[in-house]
Amino acid sequence: MRLTQGTFSFLPDLSDAQIRAQIEYCLGRGWAVSVEYTDDPHPRNAYWEMYGMPMFDLKDAAGVMAEVDACRKTFPRHYVKVNAFDATHGWESLRLSFIVNRPPNEPGFALEREEAAGRIQRYSMRAYATARPEGERY
Amino acid sequence: MGKMDQVAPQASERYRAGVMKYAQMGYWDAGYVPADTDVIALFRITPQEGVDPEEAAAAVAGESSTATWTVVWTDRLTACERYRAKAYRVDPVPGTPGQYFAYIAYDLALFEPGSIANLTASIIGNVFGFKPLKALRLEDMRLPVAYVKTFDGPPTGIVVERERLDKFGRPLLGATVKPKLGLSGKNYGRVVYEALKGGLDFTKDDENINSQPFMHWRDRFLYCMEAVNRAQAATGELKGTYLNVTAGTMEDMYERAEFAKELGSTIVMIDLVIGYTAIQSMSKWARRNDMILHLHRAGHSTYTRQKTHGVSFRVISKWMRLAGVDHIHAGTVVGKLEGDPNSVQGFYNVLRENHNPVDLQRGLFFEQDWGGLRKVMPVASGGIHAGQMHQLLHYLGEDVVLQFGGGTIGHPMGIAAGATANRVALEAMVLARNEGRDIWNEGPQILEQAARHCTPLKAALDTWKDVTFDYASTDTPDFVPTATAA
Repeated sequence: MRLTQGTFSFLPDLSDAQIRAQIEYCLGRGWAVSVEYTDDPHPRNAYWEMYGMPMFDLKDAAGVMAEVDACRKTFPRHYVKVNAFDATHGWESLRLSFIVNRPPNEPGFALEREEAAGRIQRYSMRAYATARPEGERY
Repeated sequence: MGKMDQVAPQASERYRAGVMKYAQMGYWDAGYVPADTDVIALFRITPQEGVDPEEAAAAVAGESSTATWTVVWTDRLTACERYRAKAYRVDPVPGTPGQYFAYIAYDLALFEPGSIANLTASIIGNVFGFKPLKALRLEDMRLPVAYVKTFDGPPTGIVVERERLDKFGRPLLGATVKPKLGLSGKNYGRVVYEALKGGLDFTKDDENINSQPFMHWRDRFLYCMEAVNRAQAATGELKGTYLNVTAGTMEDMYERAEFAKELGSTIVMIDLVIGYTAIQSMSKWARRNDMILHLHRAGHSTYTRQKTHGVSFRVISKWMRLAGVDHIHAGTVVGKLEGDPNSVQGFYNVLRENHNPVDLQRGLFFEQDWGGLRKVMPVASGGIHAGQMHQLLHYLGEDVVLQFGGGTIGHPMGIAAGATANRVALEAMVLARNEGRDIWNEGPQILEQAARHCTPLKAALDTWKDVTFDYASTDTPDFVPTATAA
């Protein structure tokens, strides 16, 4: 399977030039870019690991790209995403979030069920990879 | 000072039994300066032949506040000057003889806090059938912050919905299950599964899917949630289906909403026809239960579409932001249903902005401060397809749910392929826009390029590329920008 979280997951993997263009778009709007990684891709996993702090004061796309590259080199078999944070009053959340690295093989998720009364199913989904310890999953 | 001062009668005269012009009764005051805490309503009035527009405006003010057709001495037991609404300004509608914009101010004390039912019982309660007027339309309202803050507003709002679903930077994608009537629960869930697995974020019950002989509501909910959970596991992405809990009584609606919650649904849906009080009740329920609340505007065109009579949808949008819904259908511009681009953008701005400036070109007559109330996600639904993606993004921006019902389910390669086509078209267009490309002009080429790596998108473009709904709108703004001499 292909994990389709993030803004551009239905497109072919973005090239470095494409990633850089998106970063420039974000910086041009005054958003703070950050890089996060994980090997637990459950969609309710709200807290991917932060690869450093959001780059509030970095206005140069090349500098952000260097961080993206460093994260991808350190965690080549993890999911890595680029986030853009907008601190404007009334928003104060992400404006863009897209995946820039993914494991070579994505086995996907098991859907587990528990039978309940009245044909109700209690669903639970689990990434096959997370049966193994963190850091050894992909 | 206004006319009123020239004709103002002495109190003994004013309260003598009998019939008197509304203007003379105190409902017209050209010198009135609205207080920051006043509710202001702007009506389009079409007086009967021979009826003076100021008297007509005063009559609207009177009938929507304290007046009755004759003088009553019991007014003098109240602070009646304060409780009277005041018509204070009448302007001819540009280019439309016989119609006038009447501005009427209402004291805040006239309204119960937090009740759309009470607000509307005054403002649109009796006055629309008033004989001296041929027609009457409520065009816009200014809601003072003091009043706005008595409402809870959307239980979730755009930002929290995005955080909860972990979806940023692009419009969300949905589809209404079709055919809208007749599918069994099992077949219905099939459509949901295919569409969500293929790439949509949401599927939706239609407004008239409740609990009918061909599909009872419990069956629908069970099969739909099977579909949602299967699709989430297949994609690793959060998905939802708007389970329509509309029913004949509040008791039934609560029962259905509770069941949706028990099954783990992230969103429930109601129809506008359930009424303002029922909407506010469901909003409270949604807030208590961390549920996104989707509102289908079923029935609105009976009173929003014609320009001379009814209530503008921009007013309905304001009321629904106060009442507290998270999604509301607000027009597509390019699809099969009524929607002038400027009018629709006016509705979207009302739903999505922290603060609306006066914007006559988009039909917004008043500055409106939303006092921190959360934002409502507009939904664009009805006759739209992947080939219009650049136009949709251009007109509607990215905080919107784009719903392609026929444009997903009618795809020649199947429902999942239809969903994929829409998602690829959308992501390609957002990527291109962010790269600084001119999507309005280059849109068709951007879609063609994206279709090179996506056969379903190519098939969608081949099937629908020439479909447009190019009819003149009826609900258009009255003000157009005029060129100023340099």
